[in-house]
Amino acid sequence: MSEQTTNVDNGVNVEALLGAREALTEAPEAAQFKWRATCTWVNGTHASSSVEGFYGLGEEQSHRKEFKFDSDHPEIFASADNGATPIEFVLVGLAGCLTAGIASVAQNRDIQLKSVTATLEAGMDIAGILGIDSDVRNGFDGVNVHFDIDADASSEDIEALVAQSQKRSAVFDIITNPTNCTVTVN
Amino acid sequence: MTAGEPQSIDTIVIGAGHAGLAASYCLTERSIDHLVIERGEVANSWRNERWDSLTLLTPNWQSRLPGFSYSGDDPDGYMNMREVVEFIDAYARHCRLPVQTGTTVTSLKQNADGYHVMTDRGEWQCRSVVIASGACNVPSIPRVAEAIPADIQQLTSWEYRNPGQLEDGGVIVVGASATGLQLAEEIHRSGRPVTIASGEHVRLPRVYRGRDIQWWMDATGILDEGLDEIDDLNRARHLPSPQLVGSRQHQILDLNTMSSLGIKLVGRLMGVQNGTVQFSGSLRNVCALADLKMNRLLKTIDEWAEQSPDSSQFEPPERFERTTVDEEPCLALNLDESGIHTIVWATGYRPDYSWLDVPVLDRKGMIRHDGGVADSPGMYVLGMPFLRQRKSSFIHGAEDDARFVTQHLAAYLQSR
Repeated sequence: MSEQTTNVDNGVNVEALLGAREALTEAPEAAQFKWRATCTWVNGTHASSSVEGFYGLGEEQSHRKEFKFDSDHPEIFASADNGATPIEFVLVGLAGCLTAGIASVAQNRDIQLKSVTATLEAGMDIAGILGIDSDVRNGFDGVNVHFDIDADASSEDIEALVAQSQKRSAVFDIITNPTNCTVTVN
Repeated sequence: MTAGEPQSIDTIVIGAGHAGLAASYCLTERSIDHLVIERGEVANSWRNERWDSLTLLTPNWQSRLPGFSYSGDDPDGYMNMREVVEFIDAYARHCRLPVQTGTTVTSLKQNADGYHVMTDRGEWQCRSVVIASGACNVPSIPRVAEAIPADIQQLTSWEYRNPGQLEDGGVIVVGASATGLQLAEEIHRSGRPVTIASGEHVRLPRVYRGRDIQWWMDATGILDEGLDEIDDLNRARHLPSPQLVGSRQHQILDLNTMSSLGIKLVGRLMGVQNGTVQFSGSLRNVCALADLKMNRLLKTIDEWAEQSPDSSQFEPPERFERTTVDEEPCLALNLDESGIHTIVWATGYRPDYSWLDVPVLDRKGMIRHDGGVADSPGMYVLGMPFLRQRKSSFIHGAEDDARFVTQHLAAYLQSR
């Protein structure tokens, strides 16, 4: 039972999050969300994706505005490099998810953050995607995330923040555990 | 049995385990007319539903029930199941508690006068009922078990007795509670190669600073922590049992012990595809979480010890090595290719309320209750993890819980 102190502010509304948790425990249907994205091929390996609407709390929801993302491949792949590669978006997703988690957990534990920087690196043998060697998987052979965190807390408490954010992270779960993926076409 | 007039009684207690008998003792003290109904024998689950080598996770000096406590000459030892059964049996006899064994409740219904209890040996009409039928009646197995190929032997910790039941060949033990680790070690010692799959777990040293960890948890008041003192009650009620074993050597049992024996450590079992089981890539984090939580507990103990007038008696603080995780833990095992013949599910248990015809279950099938007072007037629950206090999960936790619940029950009977 941490006392609510007023001087810790990481910009996270913990009361709202805890309230939502309580409300959704009572109304599990409202906790069912659908996340959506659309993507249109532009040219070559360049594609343009956007997100705006999603479903949750029992009804259609929307972002404040539409967000657009260009994905492409770098020039060494003989591409025009109009955007990040899709796999880099995966790293962006993981970093964003863990960082948001750290801020939320820190707020809940009354820890003032001063700076949080994540550096990510994922190895990949492209012999997989190029079809050179069928024993090599297409995806990452591992992901390393390194956090540099400056906060008013002991190194052990900071370590615990990072561990808890992994425990509660959707993208961490998506990367570490298998997920059924169904692709259809018209 | 022929249907007849139900017998009238103030209170029926369902289950003659340690919790039901503690309730009976407290009801007797209050002269409340009651009967304990037991499907099998006294201490039935301890007697018939545990593996051969199991010993209590709590030392003998901690084995106590209202009006009764351990009186043997080995207070620091740990009871095996035969001794637990003798202890609970002696309690029922010593206190002359009203128990009717060999009587299975087939339905419990609510009516205008309270509750109607139907059994295979007669029926009762009671004004109040205490459900102490146990927290571990049926094994909980993840859905993914359905996808395990048919030629793999599957066994739950509920069915497991000893390694002799297992086929020769490799074994995956799923779950890293006290149960999972104890079974993994025992199966490994039987000569079978063992892999242990670990999700979130609770790491605790058996002995710390020269004392049993249960002594520290007791002395510091951690075991007395109540419902209002913890942030996440749901989590506390569903924690896996701490990685402990009650052995003569007071040995430490943790994932590092597993690794040092040659048992392979992998992440939580998440999927099965074409005869290959998949493990989570989160192993490093679940180990980090358990290490951090253990260290937080040891820090609490150290702070308490420093303030204690006996501080000079304790051995100096120590910290245990972090859990060692392979650089690249295995993410998938083809059962056939890796010679796995058996999977042992040590993934916990849940209560069986198939006989309970009162709408008090939540969507997870657990009785809705507030510290043992069920969400149905005159109905009470005992013997569940963290019912009212952290120690509710242990035998010695039954006393406080039974006293509270029977006090509430007595007031309820008087008010009507």
